[in-house]
Amino acid sequence: MEEHLVDWSRAQFALTAIYHWLFVPLTLGLGFIIAIMETIYVKTGDNFWKKTTKFWMTLFAINFAIGVATGIIMEFEFGTNWANYSWFVGDIFGAPLAVEGILAFFMESTFFAVMFFGWDKVSKGFHLLSTWLVAIGSNLSALWILVANGWMQYPVGMTFNPDTVRNEMNNFWEVIFSPVAISKFLHTISSGYIVASLFVVGISSWYLLKKRDIKFAKNSLVVGATFGLITSIFLILSGDESAHQVALKQPVKLAAMEGLYEGKEQAGIVGIGVLNPKKTLDNDEDVFLFELEAPYALSFLGYHDINAFVPGLKDLIYGNEKYGIESTFSKMEKGKIAVNALKKYKEAKKENDIEKALKYQKILEENMKYFGYGHIKNAQDVIPPIDITFYTFHIMVALGTWFLILFALILFYTLKRDILKYRVLLMSAVASIPLGYIASEAGWIVAEVGRQPWAIQDLMPVGIAVTNIATSNVQITFFMFAFLFTLLLIAEIKIMLKQIKIGPNGGH
Amino acid sequence: MFEELTLLQLQQYWWIIISLLGGLFAFIMFVQGGQTLIGEISKGDETLKTMLINSLGRKWELGFTTLVLFGGALFAAFPLFYSTSFGGAYWVWIAILFCFIIQAVSYEYRKKPNNFLGQKVYEAFLFLNGSLGVILLGVAIATFFSGSSFSIDDNNFSYWHNDYRGLEALISPFNLSLGFALFFLVRISGALYFINNINNETIRIRAIKSIKTDMILFLFFFLSFLLQLFLKDGFAYDTNGIVYMQEYKYLLNFLELPFVLAMFLSGVLMVVIAVFLTIHYGKTCCIKTGGLGIVLTVMALFLNVGFNNTSFYPSYYDLQSSLTIENSSGSHYTLTTMSYVSLMVPFVLAYIIYVWYQMDKVKITKEEIESPDSHNY
Repeated sequence: MEEHLVDWSRAQFALTAIYHWLFVPLTLGLGFIIAIMETIYVKTGDNFWKKTTKFWMTLFAINFAIGVATGIIMEFEFGTNWANYSWFVGDIFGAPLAVEGILAFFMESTFFAVMFFGWDKVSKGFHLLSTWLVAIGSNLSALWILVANGWMQYPVGMTFNPDTVRNEMNNFWEVIFSPVAISKFLHTISSGYIVASLFVVGISSWYLLKKRDIKFAKNSLVVGATFGLITSIFLILSGDESAHQVALKQPVKLAAMEGLYEGKEQAGIVGIGVLNPKKTLDNDEDVFLFELEAPYALSFLGYHDINAFVPGLKDLIYGNEKYGIESTFSKMEKGKIAVNALKKYKEAKKENDIEKALKYQKILEENMKYFGYGHIKNAQDVIPPIDITFYTFHIMVALGTWFLILFALILFYTLKRDILKYRVLLMSAVASIPLGYIASEAGWIVAEVGRQPWAIQDLMPVGIAVTNIATSNVQITFFMFAFLFTLLLIAEIKIMLKQIKIGPNGGH
Repeated sequence: MFEELTLLQLQQYWWIIISLLGGLFAFIMFVQGGQTLIGEISKGDETLKTMLINSLGRKWELGFTTLVLFGGALFAAFPLFYSTSFGGAYWVWIAILFCFIIQAVSYEYRKKPNNFLGQKVYEAFLFLNGSLGVILLGVAIATFFSGSSFSIDDNNFSYWHNDYRGLEALISPFNLSLGFALFFLVRISGALYFINNINNETIRIRAIKSIKTDMILFLFFFLSFLLQLFLKDGFAYDTNGIVYMQEYKYLLNFLELPFVLAMFLSGVLMVVIAVFLTIHYGKTCCIKTGGLGIVLTVMALFLNVGFNNTSFYPSYYDLQSSLTIENSSGSHYTLTTMSYVSLMVPFVLAYIIYVWYQMDKVKITKEEIESPDSHNY
């Protein structure tokens, strides 16, 4: 395999995922916000709400189209760029993807047409139902893909079959109700709701700053900020559960998220901190150049116990007998035994030596948990990039907290005061639109960069998962995708800005 | 229920579903075919063009969804195909994906003010999707019969043995004949769809005119594909899974699977009847007959290449690496689970048909398109 192939393949997948995720969160949340607005229209019969719904629907469609375009690549890139991975987990991973297609995508795309073109073709009730079904369909599709992603972070519900050399599903319910998948789903969709709420609140604030479409903007602010406030609380609760799951299932990721080298009891969370670039696992440099720590918080967040021991990177690499933490070296040894046992098993099968095959199958089963470690060359390779993981995690948390405050303020000043007088608040709301995207993307970077080097946690590193192809092919397609997606993104933003400028009274 | 089926029965069941999806996808590609007819039928008339694009624009997403489901179902049911073909024939699939990415935005962005690339570029995107995208798909499917250059190792990891990574399939006349046959077929179905969906005499006359030419070209490429197919050796395998070349394999498959043959012949006949009734009797509802014909024809071709001990994704580089429904499928448990999910398919089809019926009860007219209150592409 060529040098740098893995890096380019990862870069291409990251590029597609990052672009795709620029559009998905808005679809997830705006779908519901539109549905709520249309419900008000159907309940009150007030045409003002129909116009309001239609305006946000126009923006929804502009965003939806490019989300679909970037989404199709994601599915097929598992095959084009991660072929070995596709075989190794296809028996499990393919199922949620196919279910996603049957249950979610068809619902989304069929009723999308009614939502946009059916105003005068179907009854009010059927139209409203279609709008809700589009929102539900897009959220359902998020469920299935996040189940698949959750499985990669915490593989459950399967056994390894040495004859086919792949993991085979033996419990579908374990896969879909995996605690990692559920918390990931809830946290991810709620981040989408926040992005959409910020979008609605920010654009409405812009109208108010411009002193135009005031009734429309104020009503949109109320719906957007209420939705945002409720879902912010939901976001915090699901974030807490996600962190708890990371602590239990991916302790290396948690240590990287917090820059925790030495494990400790009653561990605190670094609220704000600057990492010391000179720090390595084996030197005595300080971890931070500057830090502000909230005591006990990490122990509590990770294990729901303020006295709990949180393992640091050193404990996870070198082991810690006192707390029963196995070293990465030991796992690598077991991994090599597993890889070797599989090889011997295959040979025995070829020779038709059943006894020998059974012997190696047993050894393989005993060490299978660490199979992926058999391909790790250096123990420290299991540590993800600490700086990226640390900073993105902290940016996400800080922005999430800000959004909660923003929604509360907007709601209060819209309902109880004359919001038009609070220009700084309105400007902050406009400025928070891109911040929502940054926070949401940062969350994904924590999740995905933080689990490196694993394509499937502990079972398959990215270096084995990648398609065997000349690097130049991936380099070319990387730039092709980068060019095309950037072109389409520029088009999307320009169209979106123009539609916002035209406003609810001239946009149709 | 499904638990009691043997692994082979489940594999066959899933191949039938894949074949059905393949057929449905070929049918829904009337959208792609229609996209290549926009210039020809509108002849620069902006209102006619908008009518055509809006007619297609209400359906394009279903094509996209079917493609995604087709990929997802192959991933789930036949993961070794997924990893081998997508990872191996890299450039063909990437090129197809590119053709679909540009389609997705074009309907929505084409007429929007400040759209950066300009209306013409988005229209060119639609044409490219309908032409190159379809031809490439046809070529990719043709390799199911003609084979590719790959091998599979003991770990079931695949290796492609041609630096063109799938593009080599484009120089085969056999592959190209299916690619072009598909292209002209979807143009015919696109025209049939316009005739049915739009209430406009000019569009109807021009659509009929295009069908006349396209039908001749379709028959030329399709018959040439069939001739080559029936005369060529095929990739068969015995009860031990050993793959070997068998004379007239695909012709024999039809003869040994009379139900599939009947399906194939009736499918082709339905397409011919649909075209005949449209041209000679001015019927406007023939997309239904023609569409069903396309589903049956394509489904029968998939069944031909997957059943009767045939390798559906053969390797001419290493015969024994060829993929069959038996050696490339998911496990018994996964196929069983997925089979329960597949019970949702009739329900999904039912609500799609219901929604289409509701939306298409009233045909698209000039008045609707010119109405200031309508959401237009």
